[in-house]
Amino acid sequence: MKGSWIVAGVLGAALIGTGYWGYTQNRDLKEMNLKAENNYQRAFNELTFDMDLLHDKIGTTLAMNSRTSLSPALADVWRLSIQAKSDIAQLPLKFVPFDKTQAFLTGVGNFSYKTAVRDLNKEPLTAKEYSNLRNIYSTAEKIQDGLRNVQTNIMNKNLSWIDVGQMSAERKAPRDNSIVDGFKHIEQVKATTDNDFGPTFSNGQEESKGLKKLTGKKIDENEAKKIAEDAVPLKNVTKIQATRSKSDNDRFEPFYSVTMAHNNPVADTYMEITETAGLPIFFITNRPIAKQQISLDDAVKKGLSYLNSKNYKNMELYDSSQYDTIGVLQMVKSIDDVRIYPEAIQLKVALDNGQIIGFNAKNYITSNHVRKIPTPKLTLEQARAKLNKNVKVEEERLAIILNDFNKEVLTYEFLGTYNHDTYDIFINSTTGDEEKVKKL
Amino acid sequence: MQKNFHFKTAFIILCIISISLITLNIYLPKKEVDAFSSQVLSRGSTGQDVKELQERLIFIGFLNDKPDGVFGWNTYWALRNFQKEFGMKVDGIAGTKLKEKLTKATKNYKGNTANNTSNNNNTSNNNNMPAKPNTNNPNNSNAKPNNKPIANAPNGYTDNDIKLMANAVYGESRGEPYIGQVAVAAVILNRLTNASFPNSIAGVIYQPGAFTAVADGQINLTPNAQAKKAVIDAINGWDPTTGCIYYYNPKTATNQWIRGRPIILTIGQHIFCK
Repeated sequence: MKGSWIVAGVLGAALIGTGYWGYTQNRDLKEMNLKAENNYQRAFNELTFDMDLLHDKIGTTLAMNSRTSLSPALADVWRLSIQAKSDIAQLPLKFVPFDKTQAFLTGVGNFSYKTAVRDLNKEPLTAKEYSNLRNIYSTAEKIQDGLRNVQTNIMNKNLSWIDVGQMSAERKAPRDNSIVDGFKHIEQVKATTDNDFGPTFSNGQEESKGLKKLTGKKIDENEAKKIAEDAVPLKNVTKIQATRSKSDNDRFEPFYSVTMAHNNPVADTYMEITETAGLPIFFITNRPIAKQQISLDDAVKKGLSYLNSKNYKNMELYDSSQYDTIGVLQMVKSIDDVRIYPEAIQLKVALDNGQIIGFNAKNYITSNHVRKIPTPKLTLEQARAKLNKNVKVEEERLAIILNDFNKEVLTYEFLGTYNHDTYDIFINSTTGDEEKVKKL
Repeated sequence: MQKNFHFKTAFIILCIISISLITLNIYLPKKEVDAFSSQVLSRGSTGQDVKELQERLIFIGFLNDKPDGVFGWNTYWALRNFQKEFGMKVDGIAGTKLKEKLTKATKNYKGNTANNTSNNNNTSNNNNMPAKPNTNNPNNSNAKPNNKPIANAPNGYTDNDIKLMANAVYGESRGEPYIGQVAVAAVILNRLTNASFPNSIAGVIYQPGAFTAVADGQINLTPNAQAKKAVIDAINGWDPTTGCIYYYNPKTATNQWIRGRPIILTIGQHIFCK
């Protein structure tokens, strides 16, 4: 009799304990959720506010004419577009396509930055640029309207961003879909007005990542395997397999990916080869590397002789670095002492025996063509005079580089030091403009 | 009697130790000439002998920098100035001849701070052992267990950027072949320059819902050395995806929208698309 009372007491205490534990867990979870929800709400409300302001600012620039007021206003547009983009990046929009709107904001940022820093007294906004601004203005208005709608819905119906974020886990729509629908609507509106910027504002950096279309004979699977076995220095291939990429649209060149397994040493190689003309894009051999036996300097010699043997002529080293037992070399074409930076090849050398274990000619393939190197208008002395007087020049040469618009320009390259830093400065050989300044 | 015997042995041992120390001291200065390993050092080299090269250049005032063991631009210009001053061929490469000249010019150089600390450990065990850092230097300059490995990060990236990316790559694709890991790292980098994504590594990786490894905490696992290697390959320009900005595992992807993107290729379990 007494015993059962004790048992009941213990069970009761356990029940109270569990209850309390459950209660604190639940309270903590609610608190965490609330914190996350508040963060999302702040980001969203800031986004709507920034879009409002952005829209207004673009509106005022349309009416402005004087440089002194236009440049600061455009700088403000630039700041707000970046701010709005950063707000979007904090929202849980994984299942809501919103990339076109984000790309639009980046475009507004690029456009307003480039016009804000330009000397508008010498080079006022063109008619085309004004029409760009008007397009941006009307698109911004549509985005703003859409966001305001979503905001009203959230406030009236007490909607939660956490629900949107949890769509993935439960694989079903939250109880009220108006946030998702609202964003989808904005994105659709944006998609139908894809005429905001001129061709000069296409993103060169993005375009250059893909493979350009090539001309020539197409290769098949077996030819791809043969090219791969020829290009990769590590032999003893036990297995080789080639598959064609799925990039069948007009913009990108299809390619073969070849995987190889080696024994002695056990390793694997992955290589990609263009379908047209069968050019090696890159390969990487992944194998264990023993203790360092050769120096980075020897690796450079090995790299140059490899390129020469594979018929990449006139290549020279412009940068090298060592990561433990791997040397990474940056090679570039040089014709008559003019460096052609777009035609670059990267190599990886194993420092145990000097074998080439990596090769990357993607940039080389996209920019390799027979080119006539123009004669520079400025002399070396004239170009040097354009430099910051504090920079002490150590090396100088002619070089072709890609400018911000992805066009090749002939420049004078100056390697110089200032304080404790080294700078690589490119001066346009025709206009004398600083095309690029890099801190190394 | 027994006590006496103990004193005798102790005395003899002490004598042997001091004699060997004296002989060591006699032979040391000669060894200093080939203090470096025979490796030719050039820009981008890393290792203990680069550190020594830097320390010797600092010692005679040609270099004003921290000896970090990475042959960077400052070391390069310092070396060239040294070559100029000593009437040698100015190429910025430290070969045998240069090392001889530099060693001669820095006769009073006595090892580095890293060696001193390792010797402090020794002296605590062995109090009558004079601190002679140079005894360590000659042969094993590459394989010293108590020296930290020298970290070299590609231009424009810090060691922590690489760690963060390696964490993401490891969390996302640790069961994948090496090239699949390079591809995941390349996608992160492609997003950096893409208009539709944030512009910083942290922004891309921590964007809500962008990577499952971030959402389920796998990003906090400790990555292995291979993930880091994959990240460095991607930063150095290897992009197996030729510019893709999305990938998904067709078995687990719940997102219908992503399946509509133009597919470029499949590596391991992942489908990569633009």
